[in-house]
Amino acid sequence: MSRRSTFAVCALTLLGFAVGAAFAQDSSDLERGKAVYEYWCAPCHAAGPGHPGTQSLQIKYNGTLPAVLIERTDLTPETIKTFVRQGILMMAPFRKTEITDAELDALAAYLTRK
Amino acid sequence: MAVLPPGINEREFAQALDEFRDAVGAEWVFSSDEDVALYRDAYSIFWGEPEERLASAAVAPSTVEEVQAIVRIANARRIPLYPISTGRNLAYGGAAPVLSGSVVLDLKRMNRVIEVNERNAYALVEPGVSYFDLYNHIEERGLDLWIDPPDPGWGSVIGNALDGGGGWTAYPFRDHFGAHCGMEVVLADGEIVRTGMGAVPNSKTWQQNKWGYGPWVDGLFRQGNMGIVTKMGFWLMPRPEAYISATVQVFNDRDIIPLMDILNLLENQHVVNGSTQLGGGGGFATGQGGGPAWTLQVPIYGPEKVIRAQIAYAREKFSAIEGARFIEGDLIRTPLSPEDRARVRLVNFGIPNLSTFSMLGRSPMQPNPAGGHIGFSPIIPRDGEELLKFREFYRTNLAEVTRGENLGIVGPVFMTNWERSLVALIMFPVFKNPEQNRKIRAAFERWVALAAEHGWAEYRAPTVYQDLISDTYSYNNHALRRLREKIKDAVDPNGILAPGRYGVWPKHLRREA
Repeated sequence: MSRRSTFAVCALTLLGFAVGAAFAQDSSDLERGKAVYEYWCAPCHAAGPGHPGTQSLQIKYNGTLPAVLIERTDLTPETIKTFVRQGILMMAPFRKTEITDAELDALAAYLTRK
Repeated sequence: MAVLPPGINEREFAQALDEFRDAVGAEWVFSSDEDVALYRDAYSIFWGEPEERLASAAVAPSTVEEVQAIVRIANARRIPLYPISTGRNLAYGGAAPVLSGSVVLDLKRMNRVIEVNERNAYALVEPGVSYFDLYNHIEERGLDLWIDPPDPGWGSVIGNALDGGGGWTAYPFRDHFGAHCGMEVVLADGEIVRTGMGAVPNSKTWQQNKWGYGPWVDGLFRQGNMGIVTKMGFWLMPRPEAYISATVQVFNDRDIIPLMDILNLLENQHVVNGSTQLGGGGGFATGQGGGPAWTLQVPIYGPEKVIRAQIAYAREKFSAIEGARFIEGDLIRTPLSPEDRARVRLVNFGIPNLSTFSMLGRSPMQPNPAGGHIGFSPIIPRDGEELLKFREFYRTNLAEVTRGENLGIVGPVFMTNWERSLVALIMFPVFKNPEQNRKIRAAFERWVALAAEHGWAEYRAPTVYQDLISDTYSYNNHALRRLREKIKDAVDPNGILAPGRYGVWPKHLRREA
């Protein structure tokens, strides 16, 4: 993993998430979603060698879809939530003490932003 | 799913959950099927079968006071708790308990780095702190210290040490339990104990002397179930000035014997302090296509002028093996340049990452991976003769163990990471398919039994096999386990803390009870 900006999980506040999807594209929510992505997803799904999620999707899609998660434009919030909470192959699911429901909403908003 | 703790009815369990909610807040008690499913072991060799170990609920405190409150409730109600740190102990049980029906005590929210002391090179952390977290904390503050990460960086610094894990930098730091100094532990009655110098009020030496005064008890909490570790100190390595590594190649199969002897000498003298790696062993008189029969990486950390002398000494020693080649790598200075960072194996430089999953996931070599894995990692004597004996043992028994099928088992890989001992690793794929997993289980259990006949037993195991491995440590009618049981009964008389962990069961759940 390259040196990444730190994301302190404990510092995340739940305020602002309770209102749900209607405000999900709010810029501060997107910032939070980006922080969740960088802390939890990027170590496996960022571009370049040493990222097993990217390696796996490269083989799975063989160029028909981008292998790097943040380059995808076809993801829906439901798809993202399903993979985070159910896992796939070697990717174990993420518990709510790791990624809260509110953080998952923010992540989904970030990865499906226009 | 509706699993309940043994001996507890639905009404009692609902009351307990209400009390847990009062202690930590309703948001941090997880009891719906959907939420509890997140605590399943994704790499379970019993996935979807009746024997899969399942939690009844989970509760996630954020402070030691909340841990105490939960423990008191559980102790009063005889509800088994299974503490996890970050819950990423994949291949060893993940976040799932040993005993089905246990309530998982999820300590992930206790994620504070309490202190990093640069001057005396130590850290004090809580269980939810991952290697990424500790690394980031040190980097943000520009401290001249390294952490020692294991392969996956998302694991808990405390959890990995307590489970017997190791990493990839210099000794003694890569023996994670060995590098710890001082603990805070919540006992089954809710009392807090601090070990070592931490027992002295106002002491400032909790992380500076491991032993303190009187009988040392920290070992009870390694792979243990005598208490819940809520803080733990670790000695850190001051950033080494430089790193150098050499590849030693030998061309005859039996050259492994002097190779191991020289390696032992260099490591035991602390001339070689990095995590050495042994490869090869295909068993040819000379390597395939004239290549080496065995290769050994010997990394050394330290000041440039010192490690140049150390590597020269290592070269001289290995030259005693006829025909051996000693290929010295570039000296790498730290902090790493961007160019070096892009070419090195990051964990060897104290940088946590998740690249190890590249070997386990979908790859060109493995387009349809199993998804999970477990390992059988017996400790064998650290000499070449015994290593060859294990290899022969593996080859001789493989067909019988697998009943002639290709089950995807890989082995043996000889791991030289631990100073003074050698691990002969056999890796097993884990599927989500019960039929495939049944075959893997039969093979795993057979390897354990066969290895035990030679005095080879493993040092760490997935939760479902902790009894099986514990049974192989049977000297004098299981005297060691019986001693642990006596201690367990004394410190946790209701048997609420992680029943069954590493083969230690409370009285009311023992097989012979």
